[in-house]
Amino acid sequence: MLRKLFHESGFVGALIGLLLFAAFPFYWMVITAFKRDSDLYNLDFNPFVFNEPPTLEHVNLLFTQTAFVRWVENSLIIGLAVVAITLVTAVPAGYSLARMGGRKAESLGIGIFLTYLVPPTLLFLPLARVISLAGLQDSLWSLVLVYPTFTIPFCTWLMMGFFKSVPRAIEEAAIVDGCSLLGAFVKVVLPVSLPGILTVVIFTFTLTMQEFIYALTFISTESQVPVTLGVATDLVRGDIFYWGSLMAAALIASVPFAILYNLFLDRFIMGITGGAMK
Amino acid sequence: MGQVVARRLRKEFGDVAAVDGIDLEVRDGEFMVFLGPSGCGKTTMLRMIAGLEQPTSGDIVIGSSVVNGLPPRSRGIAMVFQGYGLYPHLKVRDNIAFPLRTQGMARAVIEMKVAWAAGILGITRLLDRKPRQLSGGEQQRVALARALVREPTVFLLDEPLSNLDAKLRTSARNEIKEFQRDVGTTTIYVTHDQVEAMGLGDRIAVLEHGKLRQVGTPSQIYEDPADTFVATFLGAPPMNLLERGELIEGFRPENFLHQDLQQKGIEPARYSFKVQRIEYLGNERVLYGFIEGQPDGHEYTARISSHVSEPVLREGGTYPFTVHPKDLKYFDKSTGKRLAAARNGGRA
Amino acid sequence: MSADYAAIAPPSARRVRWSLDHADFLGSLLVAPAVLFILCLVAVPFFLAIYYSLSAYNMGTLSFSFVGLDNFIAVTKSEIFRRSLANTLLFTVASNLIALVLGKIAALVLLREFRGRMVVRCLLILPWAVPVALAAITWRWMLDSMYSVINWVLVHSHLVPAYVWPNWLGEEGLAMISIIVIQAWRLFPFSAIIFLAGLTSVPKTIIDAAYVDGAGYWRRTFQIVLPVILPIMMVAMLFGLVFTFTDMSVVYLVTKGGPTNSTQVLGSLAFQVGILSGDVGRGAAISLYFFPFLLVATFFLLRYLRRREI
Repeated sequence: MLRKLFHESGFVGALIGLLLFAAFPFYWMVITAFKRDSDLYNLDFNPFVFNEPPTLEHVNLLFTQTAFVRWVENSLIIGLAVVAITLVTAVPAGYSLARMGGRKAESLGIGIFLTYLVPPTLLFLPLARVISLAGLQDSLWSLVLVYPTFTIPFCTWLMMGFFKSVPRAIEEAAIVDGCSLLGAFVKVVLPVSLPGILTVVIFTFTLTMQEFIYALTFISTESQVPVTLGVATDLVRGDIFYWGSLMAAALIASVPFAILYNLFLDRFIMGITGGAMK
Repeated sequence: MGQVVARRLRKEFGDVAAVDGIDLEVRDGEFMVFLGPSGCGKTTMLRMIAGLEQPTSGDIVIGSSVVNGLPPRSRGIAMVFQGYGLYPHLKVRDNIAFPLRTQGMARAVIEMKVAWAAGILGITRLLDRKPRQLSGGEQQRVALARALVREPTVFLLDEPLSNLDAKLRTSARNEIKEFQRDVGTTTIYVTHDQVEAMGLGDRIAVLEHGKLRQVGTPSQIYEDPADTFVATFLGAPPMNLLERGELIEGFRPENFLHQDLQQKGIEPARYSFKVQRIEYLGNERVLYGFIEGQPDGHEYTARISSHVSEPVLREGGTYPFTVHPKDLKYFDKSTGKRLAAARNGGRA
Repeated sequence: MSADYAAIAPPSARRVRWSLDHADFLGSLLVAPAVLFILCLVAVPFFLAIYYSLSAYNMGTLSFSFVGLDNFIAVTKSEIFRRSLANTLLFTVASNLIALVLGKIAALVLLREFRGRMVVRCLLILPWAVPVALAAITWRWMLDSMYSVINWVLVHSHLVPAYVWPNWLGEEGLAMISIIVIQAWRLFPFSAIIFLAGLTSVPKTIIDAAYVDGAGYWRRTFQIVLPVILPIMMVAMLFGLVFTFTDMSVVYLVTKGGPTNSTQVLGSLAFQVGILSGDVGRGAAISLYFFPFLLVATFFLLRYLRRREI
């Protein structure tokens, strides 16, 4: 009996502790974004509540006096472009490796996957040179060129796992019905693997949007930055942090991730561990 | 000793009763099979006896003690799971030793017992391998050794053969039977395969929808089924059932004969059998067809041994078939239960 | 893909272009773009980095001159470098360890069925889901030298006298603690997810067998469950370690390596020297110090990727 009580209180304690630790910063984001400056910067006020009525002035400032919207557009452009490149390269590669079978394919698959380990903080120096040689410095297209270096390895491995679970029988049926090998792939395997491809799209999109190091290295013009870089660096005028707007920006930019991850979490898990546990 | 008694055992999951009030006794040293289709409650029964599930109501007695609240390790039972449940990361030796280590036995004693169990199962040379390096049959022996090493009062086996391919199943089945005969421990074996049950069990308990339909030796269950469920579940092809007014008349395909028994002074039941198709199976032929007077589309079967020489039967032909009266079983149409004696000779 | 396909396909299929039917050719063709991309934008730059590290290459002068191992020697002698290396090790090990423990606890909490479990899961995922830049500035605000909400709580629970509160980002030891906590905060949801996936993938049969064999909760966990899920756990942990070891985001965004290089890590140092100061040769030398660690990690990763019990 006492043991059960101990277990229960331990459970509740852990639950509350973890929740506070994980979610408090977001609560803080929300409340800061809508607090008046006079409320925010007053040390006598209770910081956890609205002591003065909430305001939309920070959000307003964000949308009217900063390039926030432009940054979001940039992020979207980069995201979509990288998704396109990744799909075109990683999906066929994953299929080929899944079907080729044997040691060669497994080794190549692991090899491709391991390039994911090569860190941006090693590659950014030579890549900076490559980017300037290509004339892409300070342009968001530099990121479109570079981001696939980590999305392709990971997504190839993901798709390898997905394709392995597609039964060969349906491809063989298509071939007997008259398709070429490529035709079978396009007409039969791809439609069946849409869930896997969707996972790749979501993963790639979120990975590119979260990236920071390459963006910081290659882009300095405010009009070309993606949203996460812009919020972190360009919303600081001089040495003064406009926390209200900063938090408003952080909040707005975070929401899509919160939604996407929660919607697709099960897919993510299946993708990561499914691939690892084949 | 090693008897197991279930008294008014009941297990509910939500509002579904997986086990619906079962009274059953397993005698000391016998090989009892729980047989039934999926969802009949046989595995739930086994898990309650093991202590992996707690009954909603009712008692379980092992030996002379009620074990209801006790954890598995205190019940004197050992279990072999479907798929064997061998610890993949441990060597065979450590797999077998595991249940002894949990009891805190001295290492020397453990080594001795492991060697003994491995010897009985003939797997001494496999002791240093890992499960994934073993064949299906070898894995079974390791699972049995792991169960044996605790010298339990009762062995519980949960469909251990269902993951094996057909050919392996027969030899694995024999090994289990011989093993049990050698050690003599009370054994409860769960399966949905009625051939397995008939081959292995000293007695069979047939379950359906959480209820115990019949308990008896294989021949009792086969020859004297308690209801239509048992009658059709045992035997393949299943017993032929015909509607006769308020009754159901049943006879097994092998008793559905093409000969005229009148010659032997017996007045048999007569049927007009229109043969639709014949399967030649080597040792016998199975005939599928319709019986005149019975609803259309309802197929009946007859089994004829190949070495019975007789006029050739053809597909599409109609022939007079007979059944010896002693092979006729009657069941109540509404309850399905077996009726002791035929009324009016059984024919309306 | 095997030659069997070509054999069973009817003649009409064979009339299609040779390249689309020849399995091996098609296979290589499909992998080619990915492999090409990786070769050009990962392999080549990697070797370029080695090349740079062996030269005195300045963004300013844009001239090459081979200097052999001079850069490496200079770097190793640098006090700041050694400090960064030590910081990196501390940062990596501490944050991953905390994330591991928190992740395990979170996984156990999420294993239990309780009302609102889905909501809790959504909230616990957030630190991992949100981009590092946004999270980092939020933490920066939470740890602000004047307006830190944490300090407000400390003062108002009388644990710290007013106006003499800790300067989380401005004091050496505290700054390190801060970035460790932030990194652990980022990592633990991933750890929890992997734990959950691993735990639920252990076949129930084995756990039942252990229970019947008399193993109590702790024995079951440590002697049966943990060893079986170890490979996947190790792969996840190795990734976490490599990722943290080479990362510079949290450091750059929250402390910029300060105060006085007390939170400088290899990644941020390489950035500062190679990009901000333009000394490419030296910067490359610094980041090449990742290489031995990557090799070791790769070695273990390969071992665990191949060795999966389930």
